[in-house]
Amino acid sequence: MGQDMQPPLSSVDNNSHFMQPPLSSVDNNSHLMAVAKRQRLQDVLFHRLTQLFSLLVLLALAGIIVSLFINAWPTFAKFGVSFIWYVEWDIINEEFGAAIAIVGTLASAGIAMLVAVPLAFGIAVFLTETCPVWLRRPLGTAIELLAAVPSIIYGMFGLFVFAPLFADFIQVPLRDVLGGMPLIGFLFGGATNGMGILAAGIVLAFMVLPFVAAVMRDVFEITPPILRESAYGLGCTTWEVVSKIVLPYTQKGVIGGIMLGLGRALGETMAVTFVIGNANRMPTSLFSPGTSIASTLANEFGEAADFHISSLFALGFLLFVITFVVLALAKILINRAEKAKGF
Amino acid sequence: MFQFKSLLVAAGFSAASMLSFAADITGAGATFPFPIYAKWAEAYKEVTGTGMNYQSIGSSGGLKQIRAKTVTFGASDAPVKGDELDKDGMVQFPAIIGGTVPVLNLDGFKPGELRVTGPVLAEMFMGKIIKWNDAKLVALNPGKTLPNETITVVHRADGSGTTFNFTDYLTSISKDWADSVGKGAAVKWPAPSSVGGKGNEGVAANVNRIKGSVGYVEYAYVKKNNMNFMQLQNANGKFVNPSEEAFAGSAAGADWFSVPGMGVSMVNAKGDNSWPISTASFILMYKNPADKAASAEVLKFFDWSFKNGKKMASELDYVALPDSLTNDIRSKVWSQIQK
Repeated sequence: MGQDMQPPLSSVDNNSHFMQPPLSSVDNNSHLMAVAKRQRLQDVLFHRLTQLFSLLVLLALAGIIVSLFINAWPTFAKFGVSFIWYVEWDIINEEFGAAIAIVGTLASAGIAMLVAVPLAFGIAVFLTETCPVWLRRPLGTAIELLAAVPSIIYGMFGLFVFAPLFADFIQVPLRDVLGGMPLIGFLFGGATNGMGILAAGIVLAFMVLPFVAAVMRDVFEITPPILRESAYGLGCTTWEVVSKIVLPYTQKGVIGGIMLGLGRALGETMAVTFVIGNANRMPTSLFSPGTSIASTLANEFGEAADFHISSLFALGFLLFVITFVVLALAKILINRAEKAKGF
Repeated sequence: MFQFKSLLVAAGFSAASMLSFAADITGAGATFPFPIYAKWAEAYKEVTGTGMNYQSIGSSGGLKQIRAKTVTFGASDAPVKGDELDKDGMVQFPAIIGGTVPVLNLDGFKPGELRVTGPVLAEMFMGKIIKWNDAKLVALNPGKTLPNETITVVHRADGSGTTFNFTDYLTSISKDWADSVGKGAAVKWPAPSSVGGKGNEGVAANVNRIKGSVGYVEYAYVKKNNMNFMQLQNANGKFVNPSEEAFAGSAAGADWFSVPGMGVSMVNAKGDNSWPISTASFILMYKNPADKAASAEVLKFFDWSFKNGKKMASELDYVALPDSLTNDIRSKVWSQIQK
């Protein structure tokens, strides 16, 4: 954010310096000075105002972190850091740990990205490279529309339409084929009732797919045609153009799009609540019901009291931390990639 | 422009009169009785012009609100203990009765055909009885074929009065359940097969979808979704089906003034026709309210609703309190509230 602020600032300064030389005519001098002064005042005002808005965002962010932490403090004070890996969520006996919810959150979001990213990449490549021109707009609009569907709709779709089909046509075959295999067999054990970590991950994938695809398409489109055409001119195949020209050129945007999707998957509430199974137990397979941080918060805040509330705040604080770490990692990744390329 | 001005004037007025003007009754709390309170409020407004603003934010939220004195009455599905009421200077009375019903999805059984006892139900929800053809279930259902199918437990994912009622019953009937799980608006469900659904709708949808599942929902959802329910053994040893009469039977069997604050648990009530998982939902008010006029309005509202709201209650599959009980509430509880 700080970096983005810089250009307008420096251009203001440049302008004011630039304005000095033409002020040679004595008649116009005072008038021009007045205009320049007014403009300068406007610029300063505008700068301060926009700065204030940005600071408000920072202030809100800090306020959220601080209030989350204050409310979560009784829990951290009682369980310490071990709250993070303590496998228990017993409301009646007030024994709380975040491990079950953290695993559910990371697993469902991870599955969502595994499914959504390759699909989104394929969609974006098709739309920008090989799609007939007449189909581009309707398809692109359809993807953008998908992104506008409220998440509760995905949840209802997940529970009433997807889960029964998923149970019969995906879970049962997966269990029959892969369930007996060594090493990975345990991942496909358990009840095949259409709910659980894998189901939640796939519904989340549906949800984040349009976001990731739309961003990827937009960044692919900014690749300068001259690069692309030169590559084609050299006899590259479409795949070679995409992998050697477009992807390296748009790396930053692609990672940004994936992170946007991941951020959404980590924090998604309603769609996950409907299909993850909402069981406060450590999942033992991909079919096990589990719970995510966001769905636990949504489910339990209404009737929570005393210490339970504090533990929910602690969960919320951890979700905040996880999201922050993920975004920070993405930034580091981008910076490293840019350094390697010598920008 | 005129409209804008009048809006401004109205806004100014309402801001200025916020403290003294109490036309609308305010309350907050339990979600379980929300439909009937809303229905009563609508009818009451037509008659008297006084509206009610009830926020169904959950029982513990309602307690918080009444303790913070942001509302005139609080509502809770679980009764507040007598000493806590005394500490806060509040009174408590039941306002409406309903029932929770164990439901199932099992081929070959019509609603009410499967019989269970409380302890067997507790073992099913604990994951100790994991197959439908368990010897205990077979013994209770002679002449019926029970399949060799796994039982999936469906419970509420969100904290709710329905869960409190259901676990209150299991706690009262099974020592094992009482020791290892307990009762509350949300508990740690022990069965390895258990999944949570959001709201009564979520539980109903999951039970109707998952073969071999058991769950529990409010009675209204059983009727609305045509669900398959169990016949349950009550405290007198009789097997009963859930019905409004059976819920009312539990209310009649309860000795309301035996516990301070009328906090009688109706689960496992005596009586041949009593449904064992019946519950009352409670109202909390201050004995010495800060705003006596608003408090009096609340009493007027419930007085009217007790007299005129029985048909509305039964339309929504609740049971209104019997007249003998409402008379006692008027004379023994409401008389403590300063007017």
